[in-house]
Amino acid sequence: MKYSGFKVLWEGLSGNKGWKPLWRNPSPKKSYDIIIVGGGGHGLATAYYLSNKFNITNIAVVEKGWLGSGNIGKNTTIIRSNYLLPQNQPFYEFSLKLWENLEQELNYNSMVSQRGVLNIFHSDSQRDAFVRRGNAMLMSGADASLLGVDELKKLVPFLDFQNSRFPIKGGLWQQRGGTVRHDAVAWGYAKKADSRGVDIIENCEVTNFLVKNGRCFGVETTKGIIKSKKIGVCVAGSSSEVMGKIGINLPIESHVLQAFVSEGLKPLIPGVITFGAGHFYVSQSNKGGLVFGGDIDGYNSYAQRGNLPVIEDVCEGGVALMPMIGRARLLRAWGGIMDMSMDGSPIIDKTEIKNLYFNGGWCYGGFKATPASGFCYAHLLATGKPHKDAKDFLFNRFEKGRLIDEKGQGNQPNLH
Amino acid sequence: MLINHPLLGLRDSSEFIYMGDAKLMNRPSWRSKNIKSKFIEYGYFRKNPAGIHKELWYHEQGDRSWLVVTRNTVTHEILKVELARNLKRKVNAK
Ligand SMILES: Cc1cc2nc3c(=O)[nH]c(=O)nc-3n(C[C@H](O)[C@H](O)[C@H](O)COP(=O)(O)OP(=O)(O)OC[C@H]3O[C@@H](n4cnc5c(N)ncnc54)[C@H](O)[C@@H]3O)c2cc1C
Repeated sequence: MKYSGFKVLWEGLSGNKGWKPLWRNPSPKKSYDIIIVGGGGHGLATAYYLSNKFNITNIAVVEKGWLGSGNIGKNTTIIRSNYLLPQNQPFYEFSLKLWENLEQELNYNSMVSQRGVLNIFHSDSQRDAFVRRGNAMLMSGADASLLGVDELKKLVPFLDFQNSRFPIKGGLWQQRGGTVRHDAVAWGYAKKADSRGVDIIENCEVTNFLVKNGRCFGVETTKGIIKSKKIGVCVAGSSSEVMGKIGINLPIESHVLQAFVSEGLKPLIPGVITFGAGHFYVSQSNKGGLVFGGDIDGYNSYAQRGNLPVIEDVCEGGVALMPMIGRARLLRAWGGIMDMSMDGSPIIDKTEIKNLYFNGGWCYGGFKATPASGFCYAHLLATGKPHKDAKDFLFNRFEKGRLIDEKGQGNQPNLH
Repeated sequence: MLINHPLLGLRDSSEFIYMGDAKLMNRPSWRSKNIKSKFIEYGYFRKNPAGIHKELWYHEQGDRSWLVVTRNTVTHEILKVELARNLKRKVNAK
């Protein structure tokens, strides 16, 4: 189905009877060239790029629940390319470039809105760090600018500039960053992959892998055995559980991250704003709700819900930065399970089992990575070689001591 | 979550710092064979189960003891709380 202004008019005049489901609901075939395990954003993007850019169309995406039921439908929708390290920044800039063309490419409105991302800083040393980061961004071809207090006062006059503990000294601004309607990303990729013949099989859990002589040749699922030449795992928070089925241990812990939405307010917050003295980030949805979040709860969890201390901490951060939201009511809170890697960076790599590939460890920054992750994973699956912008996201970096530790804090699973 | 501290009774989990998998108590000896792979395993790799998990909690805003908490990661139910030093003594005595 193709969307256009004409189509909207025509359907409006003819009783809206011509809209069709975006993807079929096929039963699994006996075998495929590639099976993608996990129909989240990354899995669907991988299937789309494989079928549309690498011309491999005999593919199945096998999803345990319904499409969009994972983190792709639970995140706070921020996209940006404001990383520091040379292993990361070109990858995220590649992703941002893909976001910029995504809607035309998929013929689907995913509300990509480059409304800007603002990282506030509160001290001279933090300013130095942000200048350095801004320069790294510029060197990768991304945009970045440093805003002083005067400019901030025009852009975001409601911040607590005089806060005696954390006075605001300026901000790092990326105009091309912003937000995207998260589940529309899953639907758009699914639609376009499906139209090239990719089978999207929902409500079908992978329960084991078929392995013989160190080679993987298919999966066992709740809908029976499906064979395949290559298998790409892409299950985010369930990574350890799924890879554990064939005894592969990962440098990953699963943690819960919460997100929050306030009641609807008039247009108030121009872009995405992050607090530099605590962990709080906020944007405003098109419906008017403030969408915000902060730290992970901090203990291993598969419960998909968090606890009160983090809710308090996040709200305190918000009120410290912009006291005006103190009386807005919190409407909803939920949690998603994050695959927190030991250096805060992802893995897109082969595994020790032949024909079995792994994509995971996205921590809580994997939404912005969706297009590039899909593209680079498709590249690896199709050509057997890592994509140039993802060449460092390998398993062996832990044993080689080549950690991609954006925060410079050493090995611990609470980075992002 | 409330943690039933063996000495202090029920304490709010926010008084603690979470340090992850209790396997960290069993640091490999520097003299053991395959020392490199053992330390890579120790430093970076985790079982990360959905279900029963033994983990370290440090009572930073309390008596500063280390606890080994057995908890279900799917429900957050806490099944057992022990003082890490008692467990370590038992292991060392063997
Ligand atoms: C509250 C919250 C806020 C976030 N905010 C941001 C943000 O602002 N910006 C950002 O960049 N990132 C953000 N993230 C992170 C981002 O959402 C994730 O990193 C990213 O979505 C993970 O990739 P995915 O979309 O493929 O995951 P998912 O959508 O979780 O996909 C994985 C899929 O695998 C399926 N699966 C699991 N096990 C099996 C099995 N055995 N068989 C078959 N299928 C299986 C699951 O059902 C799931 O659908 C946030 C995450 C959360 C939870």
